[in-house]
Amino acid sequence: MKLLKELTKGIFRENPTFVLVLGLCPTLAVTVSVVNGFWMAIATTAVLVCSNVIISSLRRFIPQEIRIPCFIVVIASFVTMADLTMQAYLSESINKSLGIFIPLIVVNCIILGRAEAFAAKHSVFRSFLDGLGSGIGFLLALLLISAVREVIGSGALLGLKVSKAYQPAYIMIMAPGAFLVMGLLLGVFNTLKLRRAAGTSAACQHPVTAVELKERRENN
Amino acid sequence: MPSGLHYTVDMGSFFTIIVSMVFVSNFVLARFLGLCPFIGVTKRTDSAFGMGMAVTFVMTLASAVTWIIHRFVLLPQSASGFNIFARFIGNDTSLVPVLKTVSYILVIATLVQFVEMFLRKSVPALYESLGIYLPLITTNCAVLGVALLNTTATEEVLTFPAATFQGFCAGVGFLLVMLLMSGIREHLETLPLPEAMKGVPIALVCTALMALAFMGFGGLI
Repeated sequence: MKLLKELTKGIFRENPTFVLVLGLCPTLAVTVSVVNGFWMAIATTAVLVCSNVIISSLRRFIPQEIRIPCFIVVIASFVTMADLTMQAYLSESINKSLGIFIPLIVVNCIILGRAEAFAAKHSVFRSFLDGLGSGIGFLLALLLISAVREVIGSGALLGLKVSKAYQPAYIMIMAPGAFLVMGLLLGVFNTLKLRRAAGTSAACQHPVTAVELKERRENN
Repeated sequence: MPSGLHYTVDMGSFFTIIVSMVFVSNFVLARFLGLCPFIGVTKRTDSAFGMGMAVTFVMTLASAVTWIIHRFVLLPQSASGFNIFARFIGNDTSLVPVLKTVSYILVIATLVQFVEMFLRKSVPALYESLGIYLPLITTNCAVLGVALLNTTATEEVLTFPAATFQGFCAGVGFLLVMLLMSGIREHLETLPLPEAMKGVPIALVCTALMALAFMGFGGLI
């Protein structure tokens, strides 16, 4: 059960994008379409899982003082592998639109963060699950953001037109749209979090009506 | 490929670099690079200024050093005219695809460490104000991003002064946006916002408006 928790905590409770707000650069840059977001998240997840496993198995040999450079070399090696693999097997257009953001996975805070906070202290299998969980959380977040942007910005989902009557708002697939969608989605997730926190704390004390709950929130 | 180490300094192209790196394709607002410090360190103007200066400094140095690495270590001898490993790997082997990412990030990490040590020893006043931001810069994607853009993502190969200047201008663009954002966020603190939008969400919405405004510079080039 505890092992399952390592996997699921990265998906919801510690979602890297919406809860920890890490790795914003690739999140905003590549989410113009669902396909781009999907491949970016797959590459990041692969690097995250592999580097977590290697760093965790080397954790007794890496000296404390130079651990960050060691982590970065491990991560950079896996990023190079991911980069070359994607150039070999994926289409030209996907590689072109992901561009420098594949080599930039090296400096993605999610990966270094998991290495430092988890893989350097826990066993190999747990680090594997932790990496996989955070990767899946990142994948779900990228799919959500890119779906919203693609539907509003190009009136399509996975390249299929949503409706003939809809005039796409191109601004959503350009830079300002990325910031706007991310800001509003973060607001939505914060609302859910606050509502749940208010609900559980109230339920712990005594049953209250919705009116009382609202009043209490306003007083806070 | 450039034929040698002889450059002509073209003022027109330098002006283009200024306008494009600072305004039109600003690193934060148009290319989505360096967003972590942009969101994390813009709560107060003085820390935003310190971070911006430190990033500009490291970006300029990193552009210069990675250009040299790309040219004399990674590119094959047949393309660049000189490669220090040519004796071992032959004239036509390119190390660019395999070693680009690893060598750049190592160079940047080392460079940041050296800058930190140098400042602590010889310019303590500057170290006091920039010191705490320097370790964060290693994992700032703007620095690695400018190195990659300078050497790989352009159709024409930049000369050494142009690459260094491009790194400097990208840093200036970053500094400008950091200052603007910190000014906005200091005002946002006092606004009666819904609880859920406080902090990062409203900052991102403001960034969207800034990005919209910066798109207006698009006609300049």
